[in-house]
Amino acid sequence: MRRAGVVVVGGGPAGMAAARAAAGCGVAVVLVDAGPKLGGQYHRQYGPADGDRFAEALPEAVEHLANATVWAVEPVAGAHRVHVRVGAVDDPSRVGRVLETRALVLATGAYDRALPFPGWDLPGVFTAGAAQALAKGQGVAVGDRVVVAGTGPFLLPVASSLVAVGARVVEVAEANAAVSGWAARPAGALAGWSKTGELVRYAGVMARHGVPYRSRNAVVAAHGSEWVESVTVARLDRDWVPVPGSARRVEVDAVAIGFGFTPQMETAVAARCRIVDGFVEVDAAQGTSVAGVFAAGELTGIGGADLAAAEGEIAGLAAAKRVGAVVDPPLRAMAQVRSGRRFAAALAAAYPVRAGWRGWSRDDTVVCRCEEVTKGALLRAVERREVGAVRSLKLVSGAGLGLCQGRVCGRNVAELAGVEDAAAFARRPIASPIRLSELAEE
Amino acid sequence: MSRIGSADAVVIGAGIIGAACAEALSAAGLRVLVLDRGAAATGTTASGEGNVLLSDKAPGPELELAIASRRRWPELLTSLREEIGEAAEAEWEPKGGLVVATDEAAAAPLAALTAAQRAAGVEAIDLEPDEARNLEPHLTEAVRAAASYPGDAQLQPVLAATALLAAVRARGGEVRGGTEAHGLVLSRGAVAGVRVEGGTIPCGAAVNACGPWAGHFGIAAGAPITVMPRRGMVLVTAPLPPVVRRKVYAADYVAAVASSDVDLQVSAVVEATATGTVLIGSSRQRVGFDDALEVAVLRRLAREAIRLFPVLAGVPVMRTYGGFRPYTPDHLPVVGEDPRVPGLWHATGHEGAGIGLAPATGKLLADLLCGNGTEVDPAPFRVDRPGLLEEARA
Repeated sequence: MRRAGVVVVGGGPAGMAAARAAAGCGVAVVLVDAGPKLGGQYHRQYGPADGDRFAEALPEAVEHLANATVWAVEPVAGAHRVHVRVGAVDDPSRVGRVLETRALVLATGAYDRALPFPGWDLPGVFTAGAAQALAKGQGVAVGDRVVVAGTGPFLLPVASSLVAVGARVVEVAEANAAVSGWAARPAGALAGWSKTGELVRYAGVMARHGVPYRSRNAVVAAHGSEWVESVTVARLDRDWVPVPGSARRVEVDAVAIGFGFTPQMETAVAARCRIVDGFVEVDAAQGTSVAGVFAAGELTGIGGADLAAAEGEIAGLAAAKRVGAVVDPPLRAMAQVRSGRRFAAALAAAYPVRAGWRGWSRDDTVVCRCEEVTKGALLRAVERREVGAVRSLKLVSGAGLGLCQGRVCGRNVAELAGVEDAAAFARRPIASPIRLSELAEE
Repeated sequence: MSRIGSADAVVIGAGIIGAACAEALSAAGLRVLVLDRGAAATGTTASGEGNVLLSDKAPGPELELAIASRRRWPELLTSLREEIGEAAEAEWEPKGGLVVATDEAAAAPLAALTAAQRAAGVEAIDLEPDEARNLEPHLTEAVRAAASYPGDAQLQPVLAATALLAAVRARGGEVRGGTEAHGLVLSRGAVAGVRVEGGTIPCGAAVNACGPWAGHFGIAAGAPITVMPRRGMVLVTAPLPPVVRRKVYAADYVAAVASSDVDLQVSAVVEATATGTVLIGSSRQRVGFDDALEVAVLRRLAREAIRLFPVLAGVPVMRTYGGFRPYTPDHLPVVGEDPRVPGLWHATGHEGAGIGLAPATGKLLADLLCGNGTEVDPAPFRVDRPGLLEEARA
């Protein structure tokens, strides 16, 4: 096995910046990305078009592996082995590749969180990220009449993308009180000024298309037989408990739900990086608690594309330095990270997920969709068996044991069950499914 | 929930063995407190396949304990269902086992083993290759000889352990997680209490059921015993239509279980669970408590499983998990009172067989502790047998 210089996992803003920075120091880089084209969620490129504008702009020292899935990260003496399958998941000819490196940059990003409510498992209910990916990547609108619901500024670009592909966005329901939340942290809001400008642009799109934006509102039920036909939108109190008498029926043929983001953590957990409050802990050079492993972007805290790119640049340089490159301190990126983190802290404070969501679902609402575990069954198992940890919670309830391995339900299930350490759901030594014959290969 | 201030017996370790001991002690009328430094049933118990096996044991004391335990599991689960209802559900499945020899070299020792097991009272049926393939249609054509064991069974170990603990609570006992036992308080040389953070829990007896960590607690208790961790990994496939009916394993598994090699040993064990996933084991390594992923181990598991069931080659593997078996130098469990510290009992060292051996172990320990007659001979499991006691450190 030939040792790679720097290996970067993830081709979003953080991973691309890391690869460019390390390559700029003359270090050979392998950039591993699960997507067919670079850009990640934020810069998602239109799939059917020719070419990959980000890949074409990469320095020559970067080898880009597209459609490449990391299925394991294995610590070995002084280094890490990144086990990759290259090719579409259902392609029997996808091939294996093992990259051994002393400098690994993890930039695996985050995926959006859905909270369970009656009917959330109906066809036509999408995550906000999926709705946006279909719009930007395929030019497809998930429906003609769409409600976008959840919390955080990400709802606006999702609504804009839907409008751009011809959907009518019936309303945007923001569960928090957005504006006053911003005002509470002026330093943070100021630090994120460029970001705020972007939001103002999205707000302009909403206004031009007459899309109502309602704060302290949420979709608390979806109705329909084969496909979603309508939703119940309710006004929420401070704790996200629906205000009695406030429920309205809204006719839709699709719903996009996004309650913030969950970092895509399994490779960091496999590399044994220390996790603090649900995110990978990093130092000023984006180094994790494990020598030779760096993390950048949403893994270290939800802060958006600009912060991710700045962190990626720093991580890429630190990784290059570790394999012998001479590196100038990236002062500008470090300043961007400092202000970006203030913005991220303000975001987190303004758009929390409040406990009232636990009451939206009923006993018969499925909370783990892979294993079809209802909330009632989950709570009964917890009570009868006095479950105290994620590991036993999974094994007594079945929740999180299915194909998604708790990616969708892990945090929700842990919070409903009152079990701490939801990050334990990210302990997935096999980071993505692999055929037994592929595993058996030399 | 109200907390117990003192107990007749404190069981340290809320895995399957601690749970079985606590269940048996509380059934005998004792007030039992179970402590665990983490949460119940999250260590070795959460890392196994749930084997209740007779097939992998040669005649001897462990087989005797296994026969008693195999009899006891279904009886115990039935009586618990009457006592605590749904909480006793443990996915008990008397599915039977099939041991397969894929070369002539393994066929003769398998026949010798089954003959000896039959003499010891185990139902072991020698099969021709086509008979084996009738039982398991997807089995490799390379099968040369096989043996069927209708008595082999499976259950879900975390459900089983939490069911036993639920019974302990129903009888007035307590299970306290997040509480580490730091040592013992002695009075005239005998156990008078268990030391925990911020105080002492007075008790008449303490049971060391810490599994692979029993050696650590032995040191803390001033009575070290030799129990070491032996690492194992399991692969889990996506849910499948029925492909494997029984617990099917390669004949070299028996030799791997009995070996003391430090190096990696891999021997195929394949079985389906109630939810349709297929579990693929088994590996054995002595690497201390190092739980770092080793892809080479997973590759060997995958290869061995495909050798037994070629149809599994295209199946997606969804996850893997690993754990540590509590291992003693002579491969026998330790069940009995420590001769150095009266009132300190050990129940550990079951290696990969703890789930199967749990109920008979609990019963044996409770009978000994209460001064009753025992169903199986306790002598082979005694604490002061050769190789087990270590010098207490000053």
